[in-house]
Formats: sequence, C-alpha cells, structure tokens
Amino acid sequence: MSAGQVEHSLGDYLRMERLPHIWCQGCGLGIILHCYTEALRELDCDLDRVVTVSGIGCAGRASGYVNTDAFHTTHGRAIPFATGISLANPGLKSVIISGDGDLFAIGGNHLIHAARRNVNMLVICSNNFNYGMTGAQYGPTTPTGTRTPTSPYGSIENPFNLVALVAAAGATLVSRWTVYHGQMLKRAIKRGLEKRGFSFIEVISPCTTGYGRLNRMTGVEMMRQLRDLSRVRKVHPTEATIEPEREIVIGDFVDVERPTYNEVLEGLERRAAE
Amino acid sequence: MTQGVLTGSHFVHGDWACAEGAISAGCRFYAAYPITPATEIAERIAARFPRIGGRFIQFEDEIGAIASVIGASYSGLKAMTATSGPGVSLMLENIGLAVMTEAPCVIVNVMRGGPSTGQPTAGAQGDVMQCRWGIHGDAEMIALAPQSVQEMFDLTVEAFNLSEAYRVPVFLMSDANIGHMYERLVIPREGDLETVDRKRPDVPPEEYLPFRADESLVPPMACFGEGYRFYATGLTHDERGYPDMSPEAQDRLLRRLCDKIRRNADRISRYEEIMAEDCDVLVVAYGISARSAATAVRLARDEGIRTGLFRLVTLWPFPDRRLEELSQSVKGVVVSEMNYGQLVREVERAVRPTRVSFVPKLGENPPRPEEILAAVRRLGP
Repeated sequence: MSAGQVEHSLGDYLRMERLPHIWCQGCGLGIILHCYTEALRELDCDLDRVVTVSGIGCAGRASGYVNTDAFHTTHGRAIPFATGISLANPGLKSVIISGDGDLFAIGGNHLIHAARRNVNMLVICSNNFNYGMTGAQYGPTTPTGTRTPTSPYGSIENPFNLVALVAAAGATLVSRWTVYHGQMLKRAIKRGLEKRGFSFIEVISPCTTGYGRLNRMTGVEMMRQLRDLSRVRKVHPTEATIEPEREIVIGDFVDVERPTYNEVLEGLERRAAE
Repeated sequence: MTQGVLTGSHFVHGDWACAEGAISAGCRFYAAYPITPATEIAERIAARFPRIGGRFIQFEDEIGAIASVIGASYSGLKAMTATSGPGVSLMLENIGLAVMTEAPCVIVNVMRGGPSTGQPTAGAQGDVMQCRWGIHGDAEMIALAPQSVQEMFDLTVEAFNLSEAYRVPVFLMSDANIGHMYERLVIPREGDLETVDRKRPDVPPEEYLPFRADESLVPPMACFGEGYRFYATGLTHDERGYPDMSPEAQDRLLRRLCDKIRRNADRISRYEEIMAEDCDVLVVAYGISARSAATAVRLARDEGIRTGLFRLVTLWPFPDRRLEELSQSVKGVVVSEMNYGQLVREVERAVRPTRVSFVPKLGENPPRPEEILAAVRRLGP
C-alpha cells in the first residue's frame, strides 16, 4: 500500500484490481455487493468455503468482484450450476447473485426445482423490474402497463410476485428488502449464509438508466420511493404483490427448517450401503 | 455391489456398459433428464452411485443437467451426462460454456432418429455434425463412436481420459442400436485400466492464474474450495479469468482453445484399418454401421474385389491426413452412415479427387452388408 492510498474496509473481500465496477450511477447492485461482502466479514466466513455464482446481465457481473471462488455461468443457469457444486462438495456454500430476468424468466424452472429440493444455497435476486443490460425491456416482474422498449404501449403481462412463488416452491428462508434498507438486507444475507437450505432474498433495486429514465424518475427519486413506500409487515407472501405507487411489503416471509437435499441424499446412501 | 470396477465378464446392454465405463473411469457425478434411448444409463448409475460415493441427480431438464455437470466438474469430480439428440439440442449453450471455461466432462449421445422428436426408439447417426458444430462460436470438439457393447465401456473410459487431459467436454456418440443391444462385456482389473486425471496447479494460490497454460496449451485446474479463489466466466477472458473485450483477447483465447486440440489431433484421433493398405475400394464407416461395413468388405473380398475398411473410432478430430494417404491408391471410396449425408462430406473433402459413393440409411436399422456391397461392386474391381 503506497502513501496516500486509503485501504478499503472490504479489501479482503473484493477483487480490488477489478474495481471500479461496471454498474451505472444510482444502480442498486453496488449496495447489494456491499451488503454481501459486509455480511461475509461480520460472520468471519471462511472465504474458501463460499462460491459466488451468477448468471447473465448486470447482476451477473457481481460474481467477478468477490474474492471467493466465483463463476459467471450462462443466462439463467447459475442455480443448476450451484446444485452441481452443492452435491459434489457439500462443504461449500453457493451464493447466487443474479437478476429477476435471469432467475425468473430464462432460469425460472431451475429456481422452483432447487427450492423444491431444498438444495443448500443462498439466492440473492436483484429485482429492478426490467432487463437492464440489454436496454430496459420488460420482464417477468415488470408492473402491468409499464412502457419499455419492447412494450411501447405498456406491458400487458401480469408480473410474478417473487416471494410468493419461491415460498410456494418450498424455500426454507424467504425475505424481501430494498437497497434502501442496507442494514436489514445485510442481516438477511447473514441469516441466509448461516441457513442450511434453500434461501431466497429479493432485493428491490433501482435501474436508473433503464426503468428510471423511461418512467421519468431520477436515482434519488427512486431511492426516496423505496424509503416512502416500503413497510415491514407480517403478511402471507401471496399478499405481498408489488404495484406501482403502492405499498411495498418488506421483511421475512418464510423461515422454516426442512432437511436439505444433501442430508436426504446422505440418508439414502446409508440405506443403500446396508 | 460396493465395488467401483466390476472386473469380470458380463452379458449386458450398451447403456449398462457405458455406465460401468464411467464408474471405472472415476466418474462420481451424473446429472440427466430421462430420455429414450439413454435412460438406462441413468438407471444403472442411480442404482450404483449411492454405494460408491457418487452423486446422481435427475434434473428438471437437460439444460440444468449439463450446467450442474460443469459445476460438479469445477468442484473436483469427474462428471457426465447422457442423453439423446433432443437433449443435446438443449445442452448446446452450456457445452459452449464447458469449452470456454475448460471444464472437463463427458456428454453421451445415444442417437435416435431426428429432427425433433423423430423416432425415439430407433437408432440413427444423424447428430455427428451437431456434436462438431452445434455450439456457437469456434471450437474444436472431440467425439468417439463405439461400435459394440465392449466399446461402450472402453470408449467411455477414453472419453473421460481425453476430457481430463485436454480440459474439454468430450462426446460419446452411440446410438439406440448399441445402447439397447446385449453383448459380452469384459471389464478389466482396476490396475489394468488406464485413467487420466486433470493437471493440478503446482504453484501457491497467490501465484495461480487459472487460464495460464504452458506449451501444452492446457492450464492446470484448481477446483472450488481449495483456496485458489479464482474466477471463471463464459465471457472472453485473460489468463486471470477476467473478462477482456479486446480483439487481441478473443484472438489469443480462441487460438489456444482450438490449438490445444488441433496440435494434438494425431494423438487424439483413433481409427481401425482392415486391409485398407491393399485395396481398390475403401469403405469408411463408424459405430454400428461399421459392423455391416466389415461384413461387406469380407463379402467383396470373397468376390475378388480388393476392398478395405477404414473405421472411425474418433469422429472428431477427423483423420483427414490418413484418409488422404489411403485414397491415393484406391479407385473409389464408399461411405455408409445412418443419416442422409453428414460425415461423407468430410470424407469427400479429405480424399478429393477420389470418387466417393454414399450409402445412406434412414430409419432404425443399420445398413445391410448387401447394400454396402452393391456400392463396392459399382466402384470395383
């Protein structure tokens, strides 16, 4: 460290030579990355036991900035890739950071099945309501009526309620936070890192360049909206739908214990060996 | 049934032999989606793996299966999947990922009639160009074509060895006929089986560059959880594994990925010649079709036509040079395969200007020796 340089507080957890990151001003992904690496530090996680995996898109780049083993897979396939890791080396914890399009459109099938199997992994979904990297096209979470480059007259599709979908599929930990709620998000990530089972955290995150620009909102306005509209409430996940200008229910929706896929598999192996 | 290698003589079908070949090669991860005519491989593995410490999982689709295979490979296990043409069609994007990130793995294609759903229970050889050119972008592929139940075992072991040696996905191109056919299989003693393991880093983590290769062009491979803390991506990358969008990076990486196979093509390439150096007509075939071709060659010799057989054991890399050499002294070449004209084009390219006669066979059954013989007669004596 030469004179005049300030040591980054998370320097051990980030690939400093890869920074600055590629994300736009006002994008929430930097906050998610910060909360994730802070969670790793506060838990004093053995970085050699964590693998950060991502799919494609803006969020997909997150794996490249973390100082763990990391893999940037194809579009939508981070979860099955991580399933392979979990089975091959049960001592490793996979953390998936990816976007709503990657995880719920092209990768939706894998997500529900990994939740059903209760594979031990933490999925952090940055939900920015659009495909940011390709230019803000509508996706599986875009609110009905939203104008995007591929829905110039307003989206005619119903969006997924992510927490309801993942809870129904069998996830053992389901939370929703926003990038405005950094401390809570960090605590949720810590719980997810310590949880044995399929954990899912939806993080509402502004896409200022895409969704924000198209809907005439600045980054500051989008953040203010997350602050003003979000309420921590205990409701059934199916009631936590997200609609424009309406209250966003945040908090924990599911926290249950269920044997993980590997635990069940180990039981099977013991039976087979008899 | 707790043994890994089931040394001894067995009367089994080809899919069974493939599963045991994988186990004998050290495969301990298998992911797949059920599909005719490859399902029996998964069934055998599902019964065997829990007793020998292997990990079997049936996925929600073939895309998930191949993605998990790459994840398991990067976690240190020898990993495979088996499917048929429709499944390979779904896997192709991630097979490209395995090429790009140099993940050793084996993909078995028990071929059936296509395109689309085609004839699920009927054998075919219609995917031999798909395995070569199916993925987008430039790549050199390795593909092996067994002609018997014994070779389903032997070449599965070989496929793992090549995948580990060169850090590439390797195809085993079988078909429904061999997959479902019962024959004698002899599994050697464990000590007599040659198995290859990937080259490991011999430097400490702080000096390790995951995609730096020596003159072999194959980088040593660290795995997840070993402390190397590397990053790998399907994006074009530098030696550190970091994305690099410069033209130079693309040029450098693709040349290395292709050249590690091209420069070793002669070492990888395998074929069998029967009377091929002393013939007027050379028959070229592979897989189940080669058995008919061998009979046709004998029948032609009985008729006094000097005929030889060139059987491709590896389809890719294609043995251009050897075929060119052999073609110098023959009047014509007969190619027979269970499709409407695929590898025959490669043969034509290699033996030009020698005349090539093609015997296509569509619909379940391998060519009959008489059909090949008729083509031989037209070219010889």
